[in-house]
Amino acid sequence: MYNYYLTIVLAPLAAAIIAGLAGKQIGRAGSHWITILGVGTSCALSMLVLMNMFWGGAVAENISVYTWAVTDGLRMEVGFLVDRLTALMMCVVTFVSLMVHIYTIGYMREDPGYQRFFSYISLFTFAMLMLVMSNNFLQLFFGWEAVGLVSYLLIGFWYKKETAIFANLKAFLVNRVGDFGFILGIAAVVMFTGSLDYAEVFSQADSVATQNIEVFSGTPWNAMTLICILLFIGAMGKSAQAPLHVWLPDSMEGPTPISALIHAATMVTAGIFMVARMSPLFELSTTALAVVIVVGSFTAFFMGLLGIVQNDIKRVVAYSTLSQLGYMTVALGASAYSAAIFHLMTHAFFKALLFLAAGSVIIAMHHEQDIRKMGGIRKYMPITYWTSLIGSLALIGFPGSSGFFSKDLLIEAVKESHWHGQGLVYWIAYLSVLLGVFVTALYSFRMFFLVFHGKERMDAETKSHLHETPAVVTVPLILLAIPSAVIGWYTVGPVLFGDYFGDAIFVKDTQDVIAHMTSGWHGSLALLLHAVMTPVFWLAAAGVFAAWFLYLYRSDIPAKIKDRMSGVYNLLDRKYYFDDLWINGFAAGGRALGQLLWKKGDELIIDGLLVNGTARTVGRIAAAVRQLQTGYLYTYAFAMIIGLTVLLGWLIWLR
Amino acid sequence: MIGLEHYLTLAAMLFVLSIAGIIVNRRNLILLLMCVELMLLAVNFNFIAFSRYLGDETGQVFVFFILTVAAAEAAIGLAILVVLFRNRRSIAVQELNTLKG
Amino acid sequence: MLHSILFYMFAFIMLGAAAGVVFSRNPVHSVMFLVLTFFQSAILWLMVEAEFLAIVLVLVYVGAVMVLFLFVVMMLEVNIEAAKRGLTRYAPFAIGVALLMAVELIQLIWLRGHGGSSAGGFAPTPEGYSNTKALGSVLYTEHVYAFEIAAVILLLAIVAAITLTMRKRPGLKVQNIAAQVAVRAKDRVRIVKMDAEKKQ
Repeated sequence: MYNYYLTIVLAPLAAAIIAGLAGKQIGRAGSHWITILGVGTSCALSMLVLMNMFWGGAVAENISVYTWAVTDGLRMEVGFLVDRLTALMMCVVTFVSLMVHIYTIGYMREDPGYQRFFSYISLFTFAMLMLVMSNNFLQLFFGWEAVGLVSYLLIGFWYKKETAIFANLKAFLVNRVGDFGFILGIAAVVMFTGSLDYAEVFSQADSVATQNIEVFSGTPWNAMTLICILLFIGAMGKSAQAPLHVWLPDSMEGPTPISALIHAATMVTAGIFMVARMSPLFELSTTALAVVIVVGSFTAFFMGLLGIVQNDIKRVVAYSTLSQLGYMTVALGASAYSAAIFHLMTHAFFKALLFLAAGSVIIAMHHEQDIRKMGGIRKYMPITYWTSLIGSLALIGFPGSSGFFSKDLLIEAVKESHWHGQGLVYWIAYLSVLLGVFVTALYSFRMFFLVFHGKERMDAETKSHLHETPAVVTVPLILLAIPSAVIGWYTVGPVLFGDYFGDAIFVKDTQDVIAHMTSGWHGSLALLLHAVMTPVFWLAAAGVFAAWFLYLYRSDIPAKIKDRMSGVYNLLDRKYYFDDLWINGFAAGGRALGQLLWKKGDELIIDGLLVNGTARTVGRIAAAVRQLQTGYLYTYAFAMIIGLTVLLGWLIWLR
Repeated sequence: MIGLEHYLTLAAMLFVLSIAGIIVNRRNLILLLMCVELMLLAVNFNFIAFSRYLGDETGQVFVFFILTVAAAEAAIGLAILVVLFRNRRSIAVQELNTLKG
Repeated sequence: MLHSILFYMFAFIMLGAAAGVVFSRNPVHSVMFLVLTFFQSAILWLMVEAEFLAIVLVLVYVGAVMVLFLFVVMMLEVNIEAAKRGLTRYAPFAIGVALLMAVELIQLIWLRGHGGSSAGGFAPTPEGYSNTKALGSVLYTEHVYAFEIAAVILLLAIVAAITLTMRKRPGLKVQNIAAQVAVRAKDRVRIVKMDAEKKQ
């Protein structure tokens, strides 16, 4: 299998290098064929690996490929840990990536940076695979930063667009905050275990959990809690959890395929994946899990609310992504790692689908993204309409769709996670995810109705050109719609309750909510029949109904609500003032501090006093001493004679 | 009787005179060279006096070498002087100040 | 006693001549005073039985080096007045420094030495002692490498002095012997074949 793994990782890299460096030579068609070939190879082999795991009974493999350096007993390696968790992620990543590659042919058709774009997305696939297949923290960090880099490049893909440059810088800087925590977490891991290797670290987890560290003297913290919270800060940055979520909506400035691939389906789930991968650590710190669950529930509920007031079609989907990532985080905090990963998988399919459908609408609308200027598109774009409907239904958890299984069970898991003990934390989490269902349904169908139903609000010019998008766009939509619709039905049993993950995810017995739920599991059909009895279903239905009532039946009401509750509206419209806090608070504060250090610290003290001051002092002394260097021979002779006299005098009289 | 101290004193006086000469004749390169020769002579006096005092010929061997090197030095010094004069039409020391930093 | 009188006499003459070197207004006079100084010191060296070096001093210094000085002084015809103008200004300073150093040196010799206990003078040399022979026997045995190096230094001085002072004058007509010897017939004569021309 060794060669398979190497091929999976390196095929997209090779394609990215060829398309990136020789893009001009091989042309547009050449670059999309080579990258699709590379990613396609990865995808096929990943499927093979997954099938081997699933049916072939292959065991997890931990392979060291290359030892990069050994310093002071710390081995830095490149290696692959391929277990069931990794195999699942590999398939999700490569499959969505493949779909996006195909879709891009249509979406970017007229863009001058065509080859560059393909090179980037292939490079992204490589980086993401390195991240998920890593068997040590260093490689994880490499992948982590590499996907961040590609994300940066792709958000600013249209580098002549002011807002895109702002957005990519913002994404990069906000991610730095998270990465700072992440690398501190890795450093703490190395400090306590002396190793970067997962297996080695996990085997020492129990002893680490008993140790304390005093970061500030006098306040001992549990080492495991510290490590987990630091690592989770990294996950917050990458997976856009509040308050580090601010970059994700702005990242919609990038091309839509990227929003689908990186900012919805794969990269942003890296944090979720990482926490699941680190489950042996997180399980040992209930404090860290409480932090995770609170952050997640905050993100899940409040970011969903923001989706209701957005008018940019991509931003609505972006806020829904934030909200769904919050759901996954809540599941992680509830120790239901497999539920989180399961939701991650289904979410990858339907969110990529929704983004690509949104992109399809954008193409048809000639790059108009404001949903207030759409409406009634259903009859022009039937394929996009139906696939969007499937995606939206999956998102709200309509019974039978993939989202239903993942989300319903996720909420169930949160409900069961009584072990959290702290009553407040439990209720915050449970209520957030429960009410989040209503909010999700409301904003999803608000967008859906505004775009596809109702009056046609676009101008005549656009309307005359409105037609279904080409096959390269619609085929990926259909291919993604299929798993969005049905994958949950088939996989929920084995993945969640069939002990699919085995050793890949570790859960402490007392916290194992999934095992607790297993007793009530009677197959997909039973769950489906049971669905109408649950509050989740009714909340979702209420959300859809509210959306229908407000935006199709009585479309004058939203404006009235807006007027009546302008305070709340403003709060939502300004995104809870998070942007203001970051930009005017931290960024401006940082700039002011930087300005101060630059002007006073650097220019005045270091440059002025120390560097130039030293030079000036030397210069002044030299200017005085230089007078001694007259250039006349006798001056030097005098110097020697006087020196001789003084030396002699010292020798005779003073010594 | 004339002893070591007398010779050393004589050498010291010769040396001091040549130092005074270097200061006084600071304008003339040829005279500077001559004063250097005087200084070497004073040093030679010391060597010879100590050689005699200790009954060891090595001191005189030193003098021999000093004379050799001094002759060579004088030859080269004067050659440089001639070239200098040829280039600048002057050997006035006050005009030779390109040696400064 | 006679020895002492002679020593003081020659010593005074030598110091006077040295003062003449330093203070005389005419460089030619300075050179002549320097010659006198060397002569006197040769005599003083003879008195401590360093006969070989005394002779060498006269032959090499007076005979060669001083003549060289004299040549240069006369050849360069330095402006005496300009050269001596600053003499009086620096004389007090020079005398101050010189006196200070003289005090230091004499104190070093007479007080820090062995307190003038060697008033008895030098020990007499053994019977049949030959300074030249003794010097030669150490020079060619113990110090033979240094001796060879001294020879090389002299050679170097010759080469350096000639290289420095030799110059090529523009427009000088000389034969290039090497080129003349190396010449070939075909460099001198070129045979050209051409068709006969018709009569006009």
